[in-house]
Amino acid sequence: MATIIFYILAMTALAATGMCITRRNPVHAVIYLVNSLFAVALIFYLLGAPLVAAWEVIIYAGAVMVLFLFIIMMLELAPTEQPQGAGWRRWAPVLLFSLIILGCTVALMAVDPDAAEGVPTYYASPRIFGYTLFQEYALAVQIVSFQLLYAAVGAYYVGRTPRRRQEAG
Amino acid sequence: MIVPMSHILAISATMFLMGFACVLAQRNLIMVLIGVEIMLNAVGLTLVGASALWEQVDGQIFVIFLMAMTSAEVSISLALVVYLNRRKHTLEADAFSEMKG
Repeated sequence: MATIIFYILAMTALAATGMCITRRNPVHAVIYLVNSLFAVALIFYLLGAPLVAAWEVIIYAGAVMVLFLFIIMMLELAPTEQPQGAGWRRWAPVLLFSLIILGCTVALMAVDPDAAEGVPTYYASPRIFGYTLFQEYALAVQIVSFQLLYAAVGAYYVGRTPRRRQEAG
Repeated sequence: MIVPMSHILAISATMFLMGFACVLAQRNLIMVLIGVEIMLNAVGLTLVGASALWEQVDGQIFVIFLMAMTSAEVSISLALVVYLNRRKHTLEADAFSEMKG
């Protein structure tokens, strides 16, 4: 069961990625990439990484992709003219991918609600995860938090309004 | 393992190559960044697969670091995109070729 769902999700992820990289409109590309990320998150769950699957949805699909959408809207990059062709043809692929992912999720929940059978042989519990992360990799956690601070400062520096130069000129 | 490791490697390699093709072929800077995202995501899939193969949690922790790194990269690169758009009012990659030797 889990094996079949894995291959269905893998095909969905690859197809959504293929649709994503061939789009001209960046908004469509981001939507297809979100589909691909959801499929990959379910694959992570099937491979015994439920925490990483949750973070894939929260951080990648929730934060990073929304940041992309913000920038696309802020810079008005999306084409404004109406595309040609029937409406359903534009909606069909993304609807199909979403339904496949939703169906796989429902199947995973319905087949074994107690997660008794479909559990992978290895399952990283949050306890093991937290112990390893904050004991063995404590230094790496500190370095990564510094890196995020540098990124915030750098993004602020690059994105600031060049007020002083306008006053001088 | 529910599937052989080679299949996971094949899927993530295909996804990585798709992202690489997107970086090389697309002219829009936003699409180039989306290609980078796809490549990083494929690497994460490989790491989780390796974590399931050797039954160690280290691979999943590397994916967490990868996500933090991706967030930092995206914030800085999108700020750069805004900066470049402010300078030249375009995001076509061909417009930024002053450093051509």
